Amino acid sequence: MGSAPWSDGRPRAVYLGDAVERAVKILIVGHFAVGKTTLVGALSEIPPLRTEEIMTQAGALVDDLAGVTGKDTTTVAMDFGRLTLNPRLVLYLFGAPGQQRFQRLWRDMAYGALGALVLADVRRLDASFPVMDMVEEYGLPYAVAVNQFDGVPAFDTGAVRGALDLLEETPLVVCDARDRASAGAALITLVQYLHARATKEHP
Amino acid sequence: MRPPRRDSGLVRPYVVTGGRAHSRISFDLVSLVITVDDKPSGGPEAGLSPEKRSLLALCRGGALSVAEIAAHLALPVAVTKVLIGDLTDSGHIVTRAPASPATRPDIQLLQEVLDGLRALV
Repeated sequence: MGSAPWSDGRPRAVYLGDAVERAVKILIVGHFAVGKTTLVGALSEIPPLRTEEIMTQAGALVDDLAGVTGKDTTTVAMDFGRLTLNPRLVLYLFGAPGQQRFQRLWRDMAYGALGALVLADVRRLDASFPVMDMVEEYGLPYAVAVNQFDGVPAFDTGAVRGALDLLEETPLVVCDARDRASAGAALITLVQYLHARATKEHP
Repeated sequence: MRPPRRDSGLVRPYVVTGGRAHSRISFDLVSLVITVDDKPSGGPEAGLSPEKRSLLALCRGGALSVAEIAAHLALPVAVTKVLIGDLTDSGHIVTRAPASPATRPDIQLLQEVLDGLRALV
């Protein structure tokens, strides 16, 4: 791995290993300020990066850039990170905004994704409903990770499962999005679920 | 001395892509982009836009995903995809499609992801 020759305030490019052949992605989704970028940052081997998409105010990705002016458009940011899993395989983690108006963006992000980790805040569980609707709409298998913010009293995971109306098979874990081991364990729970699910469907 | 911020040299996205927001070829956010080594340097790049030259300069260091290229060039993903499509057509770069389990869950691939994560975190 090397670095790009310029320095302009953005992180330098950290290149993939020469033997990397395949890339996979997992979405980290959740409502505003639930800790998506924190979790991506805790796990990523590179400083998290940000991409921006131009959207119309109505939420469509801009189809004809020649016809738009700044007034009609807004940008939506996605933070993402990367983990080289073995010399041939790299995993990208995309922090995805939960707003339902970003339909096209979601289609792009969800296409080919292995699954999604839904980050939730036990104090604002209702804010997770639209996010889970989006994940389900795009057919992504998911696990839920409750981000354990400081100062939040203990809670009963059974009650959380009930409040979120989770299927019995959907994993629910508690994690600290700032902590690499804890965030990693949540991700492993998701991939274990994906693996078990795939094995069941295609034995 | 610090070079000037490159942002100031970039024109608006619709100028960069000649008004197009979609590339002819479809690229994923995690398609991998690799420059073609045997393309003679210098001459053939002379006619390229500054953004395409920046993209090639960035990618010459090694493989990166479409999303990383967009982030490093500070261009919207849709615009970056158009540039990558053009540079693929002109033979400057090749792209490698991501492992896509969208149609059939790939148990072997998921096992590899699981093993990798367990070894790392």
